[in-house]
Amino acid sequence: MRNPLRSEAEAFRFLIAVIVGALVIVGAAAVNMWLGVAAAIAAVLGILWWLKDEPVPGAGDSPPRLASETPPGTHRALVVANETVGGQALQEALGRLAQPATELLVVAPALASPVRHWVSDTDGARAKAERRLQTSVAELEATGFTVRGEIGDGDPLVAIEDALRTFGADEIVISTHPEGKSHWLEQDLIGKARARFAVPITHVVVDLAAEKTEVSKA
Amino acid sequence: MATHAEHLEHHGPPAPHYSSRITPGVLGMFLFIASEIMLFGSFFTAYFFVRVVNGTPWPTPPYHLPVYVAFINTCILVTSSFTVHWSLQSIKRGNVWGLRAGLLLTFLMGLSFLITQAIEYSRIGFNTSNGAFATIFFCLTGLHGAHVFVGLSILAFMTIRAFRGHFSAEDHHGVEIGGIYWHFVDVMWIVVYLTVYIL
Repeated sequence: MRNPLRSEAEAFRFLIAVIVGALVIVGAAAVNMWLGVAAAIAAVLGILWWLKDEPVPGAGDSPPRLASETPPGTHRALVVANETVGGQALQEALGRLAQPATELLVVAPALASPVRHWVSDTDGARAKAERRLQTSVAELEATGFTVRGEIGDGDPLVAIEDALRTFGADEIVISTHPEGKSHWLEQDLIGKARARFAVPITHVVVDLAAEKTEVSKA
Repeated sequence: MATHAEHLEHHGPPAPHYSSRITPGVLGMFLFIASEIMLFGSFFTAYFFVRVVNGTPWPTPPYHLPVYVAFINTCILVTSSFTVHWSLQSIKRGNVWGLRAGLLLTFLMGLSFLITQAIEYSRIGFNTSNGAFATIFFCLTGLHGAHVFVGLSILAFMTIRAFRGHFSAEDHHGVEIGGIYWHFVDVMWIVVYLTVYIL
């Protein structure tokens, strides 16, 4: 979208567009009131169409693939999970994937509803994610990993990008609910993450309902 | 995937990271536009309710709006946008005197606009206590007048700096920002003039 206040030249062009639109409205309104209303609607739509035009080269391009860097002699894995962060399947997958002396950063995106997100009422979502994260980090530490936990952005892709900026990772593990229960899978998070990050990505499916059933049977 | 040579040589704080991929400058300008839209929008909403929903005659008899004086004022303000644009184009080509003349003319025209508006207020024959029409008229034109006053203050500093030789063909960001604000004030006046005086 064109930003009419990006530069003085853009603002000047916007002013000219507004003057032309105003003249059209006044001229049409002098002939007939409803013609004036139609001209006003047409002028506003015309200016919106003009604003929609994208004049910045490359602004519409998809972002470059983000690589990651790790210090020598270390192996780091970035784990992204929210409700499934305490899942048994995730713990087992990490046990299989991780090498000795692996450092883990577990990121739990604070998922709030769209309304709560837009009004910045995300305290509840952050608190829930924080509780799940504490439990999960404690369990992973008990299995011998060096683990750190962080609350991430509500958008898991942004949460991964943020984490990779400060925590270079050799691999990313994304934990989701099974197909049909997972919003992330519905949004093709795994595909988008593979396209955006030049880091190997492992997808772990955690079925919390099945795990609870197994526990109750045991 | 562990590439680390540059990582180890890096000193100081990490490079800024913008998750949203919107630069702070653009984001700041969007926030500014949003705040101004909300401010003027609230006044235009009051105008809409008074004139359209309540059907208050506009202007309410026996009062009249000085449409032609306001038209002259509009011409002055629109012309001042051309002079500020000329001043920026001048300094981009290294023409310092063009910059100074453009800014001085813009300042004088802005001042003329504000003085004319003050005279218009003093002779208009009604005040804010003369009904909803009068209140909305003074609120909308006064809010815009306040923006012109801020713009004039910015222009005054820009002009003083121009005469002190602070701007050059390479360094004229201060003129650019002031020019953007002045065009914005002009755009808002066209909307106010159209809705309050003409339609």
